Amino acid sequence: MKARKWLSFLGLSLLLVILAACGSDDNGSEANGNSEGNEASGSLLVSGSSAMQPLVAAAAEEFMAENSDADIQVQAGGSGTGLSQVAEGSVEIGNSDVFAEEKEGIPAEELVDFKIAVVGMTAAVNPEVGVKDISKEDLIKVFTGEIKNWKEVGGEDQEIVLVNRPDSSGTRATFVKYGLDGATPAEGITEDSSNTVKKIISETKGAIGYLAFSYFTDDSVTKLSVDGVEATDENVQNGDFPIWAYEHSYTKGEPTGLAKTFIDYMMNDDVQNNLLPEQGYIPATAMKVERDAEGNISNK
Amino acid sequence: MSSKAWDKIATSIFGAIAFLIVAILIALFGYILTKGLPVVTWDFLTTPSSTVRAGGGIRDQLFNSFYVLFITMIFTVPLGIGGGIYMAEYAKDTKLTGFIRTCIEVLASLPSIVIGMFGLLVFVNLTGWGYSIIGGALALTVFNLPVMVRVTEDALRTVPRDQKEASLALGMTKWHTIKTILVPIAFPSILTGAILASGRVFGEAAALLFTAGLSTPRLDYANWNPFADNSPLNVFRPAETLAVHIWSVNTQGIIPDVEQVANGASAVLVISVLLFNLAARGIGALIFKKMTASK
Amino acid sequence: MKNKELSAQDRLILSKKNRRLDEVRGKIYVTAAALIMISATIAITIFLGSKGMQSFITNGLNIFEFITSTDWNPVGENPSFGAFPFIFGSFAVTFLSALIAAPLGIGAAIFMTEIAPSWGRKILQPVIELLVGIPSVVYGFIGLTVLVPFLRDNIGGIGFSLLAGTIVLSIMILPTVISISTDALASLPNNLREGSYALGATRWQTIRKVLLKAAMPSLLTAVVLGMARAFGEALAVQMVIGNVRELPSSILDASATLTTIITLNMGHTTYGSLENNTLWSMGLILLVMSFAFILFIRYLSSRRKI
Repeated sequence: MKARKWLSFLGLSLLLVILAACGSDDNGSEANGNSEGNEASGSLLVSGSSAMQPLVAAAAEEFMAENSDADIQVQAGGSGTGLSQVAEGSVEIGNSDVFAEEKEGIPAEELVDFKIAVVGMTAAVNPEVGVKDISKEDLIKVFTGEIKNWKEVGGEDQEIVLVNRPDSSGTRATFVKYGLDGATPAEGITEDSSNTVKKIISETKGAIGYLAFSYFTDDSVTKLSVDGVEATDENVQNGDFPIWAYEHSYTKGEPTGLAKTFIDYMMNDDVQNNLLPEQGYIPATAMKVERDAEGNISNK
Repeated sequence: MSSKAWDKIATSIFGAIAFLIVAILIALFGYILTKGLPVVTWDFLTTPSSTVRAGGGIRDQLFNSFYVLFITMIFTVPLGIGGGIYMAEYAKDTKLTGFIRTCIEVLASLPSIVIGMFGLLVFVNLTGWGYSIIGGALALTVFNLPVMVRVTEDALRTVPRDQKEASLALGMTKWHTIKTILVPIAFPSILTGAILASGRVFGEAAALLFTAGLSTPRLDYANWNPFADNSPLNVFRPAETLAVHIWSVNTQGIIPDVEQVANGASAVLVISVLLFNLAARGIGALIFKKMTASK
Repeated sequence: MKNKELSAQDRLILSKKNRRLDEVRGKIYVTAAALIMISATIAITIFLGSKGMQSFITNGLNIFEFITSTDWNPVGENPSFGAFPFIFGSFAVTFLSALIAAPLGIGAAIFMTEIAPSWGRKILQPVIELLVGIPSVVYGFIGLTVLVPFLRDNIGGIGFSLLAGTIVLSIMILPTVISISTDALASLPNNLREGSYALGATRWQTIRKVLLKAAMPSLLTAVVLGMARAFGEALAVQMVIGNVRELPSSILDASATLTTIITLNMGHTTYGSLENNTLWSMGLILLVMSFAFILFIRYLSSRRKI
């Protein structure tokens, strides 16, 4: 009896040692890499932006299907959480829909930025408001509450109902910066979830909010053009349509081991040209323009 | 108006209120089940969820819910029973007892989001575990402990006094009496209370958002080694439970069938709670039979 | 013979020793369990207290301004942190839902104890337990898919409103109010009822003038505990209240509560940033309110007449 207990204990400890040697402890400190030089095994923790979560999770799923020794956990939690956690080293990759420089209290100089994808956004309105195109000037007036009825911008006689995102959400930051030129939106319903925002806009008379392109899958909400420029992937890539943001993956210092392999995997053509568009993201590699943390646009 | 007439009116109003409450419950359950049951297929229960495509299931979330509940109960039951015994048998009428009672009341009335925030500070950041089952379970323990203590205490207080006194008269010591007489007699009510409390734990989401996280690693159900990363039994992995899943598909899902998944998951949650309640009642009824017949 | 006797004696002594040891062990175990409650409470208070005070201590936010100012704009050039609209929203939904749940809950309790004590309880008891069992996410989800559109189409406004939050919370706190009220009424001595009937009072007069009066402190306790629950509810409210940063001017206006702002913004803010710290300060307000509710209940129970 006793002997058996010892045996199982020994067995367990052996297993533990082997596992520890594989570097699969909770913090997944993969920095030491793998002894065999095979960099597609071990475990990796990714956290952050909920807008990116589906994309990274799908990439991770495919990656793990090809590399059965790798275990990649993609946690959501929000851009703030992702940046905080990667900065303090509790995850290897932190996803964010804003530049690290734009967030307070993040040592951006310690982080390395990988722009994985681009997300275009535009204003979404209830189909009954009778407006399909809006000038930027009017868009700002609508969102700051200066214009209160759709008939002032050539639509139906309906009161405007604003649907906002939480103060620090990346979607909101992007829309305010590039869609409203920094003007503070007036008060409106605030929802964190794109699905809920879409639902509210489609059900509420006169509602306007903003959504990423990937949510315009049906006719329940109308996609607005801005200044006559249609909100399409091509126009974003050419730099004609201004409201877009990078989806960033940050690592603390240069990535090594599995983190590097996985980021390379997300940047390769297969993922960029197939998986991303399938989910409504714009491949970062297809962009003809670039933007820096200050928001300056330059041609690639 | 005579007082007789008023009496009639009052009676019918109270009857109407009772009827309204039953109607609300039936409406809620009816809605959840009619919307959700068509979605709940064997397939739905046994396929992993998808973050992208339609047709994902809830296999891992369902497992996580039960597993988190199980780990929570491992912590809660011994502690809760111990605390309940203390309050019922050992606590003297002192300041300390009063203070403990206050603590129990405070813990019982804490908002679950506050418990989640505490868990984030202590079980996630301070311990360095990150989002994990154990962190979630510990947060839920904080949430569930006062309930367990109260249940145990009440159960012990309803044990007839002569049972206890007979045992003490036979020269048994206090702890021995508690261990061999009181707790076994009170056990059915403790069990019933624990199962009812389980229902609450099972559906809790706010306290888990910040502690057990919103994701589940790829699980290999053939791997029973609790130390392996992809083992479902690993307590140091993040775990999205069913209730949290409803929340997260609504807030961040881009799957086209959000509504179906949420409806189906809601139905499964509610059915589970129903089963918990039926189990508690069934056990209660069994015990009642035992206590009243052939004694 | 002697040997056996000795060994029996030895055994007795030994078992006595064991017993005593067992006794001590048992006492240690239960005392430790009780002490864990104290340490948990103290730990929660200390951790949330220190974290919640950071925005006032390290960031130098004015605590008075934080509580009374209505201007909440955490991002931008000169951010302002006035949490009053959320504090107001929390109190508003709490009181309004108590206004609905108190008469309904106490009414149901009266039905169960006074009007149909035999079958009323049999039906309502499981109903209450099931209502408790419905998870708050599910309440919120139904509120979002059924209640909000219903209000929008039939009452006016955009559906997301204080009213929607109130209705969802009322149903959620009903079980708390009902079960505690039922216990309170059931524990009243029967001679109260009999005396009243003997004087020729009807059942309603008895309930109104005798029973409700006698049980009043306990009934209030039931309502206050329900309010404590409503004050801290997060997810269900967030889905239906609209989360607007302005003070609502009517019950059909959208509003926000402390809990909804915490859950909305927690993930988007970075640890240690001022905005994140203010969220922890809101958590601290929730904690302080829990203490306040408990103190109030304490005060009520000290006034119990029976």
